[in-house]
Amino acid sequence: MSAAAEASVLITHEVGLHARPSVKFTKLAKTFSADVEIALAANGPWLDAKSIVKVMAAKAPKGTVLHIRARGDGAGEAVGALVELVRRDFDEGKDHARTA
Amino acid sequence: MPEPLRLQGISASAGYAEGPLFDLDQASVRYVRKATAADEKAALEAAISIATGRLATLIETSDSEAAGILEFQLAVLEDDALTGPAFSHIAEGMAADVAWRTALDAEIAGYETSDQDYFRARAADMRDIRNQVLRALTGGGDIAAPAGAIFYGEDIAPTRFLETDWRAGGGIALTAGSAASHVAMLARSRGVPMVVGLGLVARGVAGPGASPAHLTGNALLDAEHGGIVLAPSKAEIAIFRRSSLSFAAHRGKAAAYLTRPAATKTGIAVRMQVNIADPSDVDTIDVATCDGVGLMRTEFLFGKTLPDEETQYCAYRKVLEWAGDRPVTIRTVDAGGDKPVPGLTVEEGNPFLGLRGIRLSLARPEVFRVQIRALLRAAMHGNLKVMFPMIAVPEEYEHAIALFAEEQAGLLARGIAQKMPPLGIMVEVPSVAIAPEAFAKAAFFSIGSNDLTQYVMAAARDNASVAHLNSVRHPAVLRLIASVAAFGREHTIPVSLCGDAGGDPASIPALLETGLRDLSVAPAQLAMAKAAIADVWI
Repeated sequence: MSAAAEASVLITHEVGLHARPSVKFTKLAKTFSADVEIALAANGPWLDAKSIVKVMAAKAPKGTVLHIRARGDGAGEAVGALVELVRRDFDEGKDHARTA
Repeated sequence: MPEPLRLQGISASAGYAEGPLFDLDQASVRYVRKATAADEKAALEAAISIATGRLATLIETSDSEAAGILEFQLAVLEDDALTGPAFSHIAEGMAADVAWRTALDAEIAGYETSDQDYFRARAADMRDIRNQVLRALTGGGDIAAPAGAIFYGEDIAPTRFLETDWRAGGGIALTAGSAASHVAMLARSRGVPMVVGLGLVARGVAGPGASPAHLTGNALLDAEHGGIVLAPSKAEIAIFRRSSLSFAAHRGKAAAYLTRPAATKTGIAVRMQVNIADPSDVDTIDVATCDGVGLMRTEFLFGKTLPDEETQYCAYRKVLEWAGDRPVTIRTVDAGGDKPVPGLTVEEGNPFLGLRGIRLSLARPEVFRVQIRALLRAAMHGNLKVMFPMIAVPEEYEHAIALFAEEQAGLLARGIAQKMPPLGIMVEVPSVAIAPEAFAKAAFFSIGSNDLTQYVMAAARDNASVAHLNSVRHPAVLRLIASVAAFGREHTIPVSLCGDAGGDPASIPALLETGLRDLSVAPAQLAMAKAAIADVWI
């Protein structure tokens, strides 16, 4: 049986999972070989976390609880790293918030 | 020569530009259909690869702000989820250009229907991506804009903005567009004048739009006031150049004042706070340049649906945490009048004199109580003050503070952290300005000069035909303001002013003469207002 992991995290970044954070999020997701998916509700629908088009289409604003799940090699690490990225507000300082 | 045509829109980036119009909506070159589906597929692949290559090159020469936007476009363009549907259409027999347009238009429509400004504004990025590939498909290069041109059309692509050399001047005038678009953000940070929404107004008035003849000559773009003149007369050009020079001189001088505390020529300090409408407004303001938030509007939260307690709490908390020790004055929802809210306000024949502001909140306590709980909880996170709009009689204030006390007791009983903020009132209904003694219990007064002026002068704010009457500098309005300021000093009730007049350099001397020493202005007016204060002999 392959590894699986799931977690949820609150989006605190001001404009939510928007352009620049989505780029970072999908880039990070692609570094893992596991299949990674996100959803705005615990029961889905689940979207491919490696596709920026799908991630942006989720239109997740600030205050959304983002559900992340992965299956396959390094599933646990993938979910952990992505949760951390969201928690760190995608490493965006105040000075970046206005441009993205 | 056609008659001069004036169009009014919304300023997205202040400034002036005079120059030839460049029509953004010119017809593009036609695509020639290929013999087989395989050729169509190859043509689209080649076009996508040209477009990604161009983006990558542009990223290398861009600063980090622009690169961030372009990297987003590049990531989208490289995503199979975007290109997949287009290739499926080709397999079904569509031509490459139609397939691409169909796939992208579906994606664009998804963004256009979002109820959030931010995501709606991304439709412009998606259109940009669509057009870059279409351009590569047709092999048609862009017709170059002349130096210093004013780009005129429905919308402008971020890549077009970034490829343009703005050092020669020029500006942007859009019939659609949005002040929240990437281009608008770039325009503000580069100081490129930009006006949006010209078409909305043009469609609203009876009369001709821009004819082809209007688009051939020079135009005057006044992005300070949000207007453009096509085919201007000599007299209009002369007036425009004077305004443009004076704006440039003021802006140059004002920039130096932004970071200093405001003071008159004789050294009397004036507190300068800012008015904000959306929590994200504070992201672009350096907190050190102001003394706090004198007015945070909350109507923005009440868009299509009534916001829940958590949404409001997060919005208030964000601004309080940004301000730190500085005060943040949040106004309870001021819906009604010219600000209808679906599901809350009512249709009225005379909305400015109807059920608006605190009247509406007291009439809909189930909605008001949600906001009160959010405010009481948010008060834990900074220096919060709360004020009520449209107070006319003391009973309204008493009623509102009783609701605050009830909700505080409720939160206390549930063990939820909360704090009672100072509760003040807006002074905008003449009854309060004339007899302020009935409101001596209020923690503070904030003069809403826009409404106070319209009620004293009986001239609706939204009616251009009585705009000449709507002046805060009329002696009757100034006398009321002076009397409220004097009452506040006698009874140690802080008095501030948060209307548009506070940021208007022409009104500032008269306002300081009334005794006011506390103004709250739009963030964009802060530097100019400080500069104007420094010129006042008081």
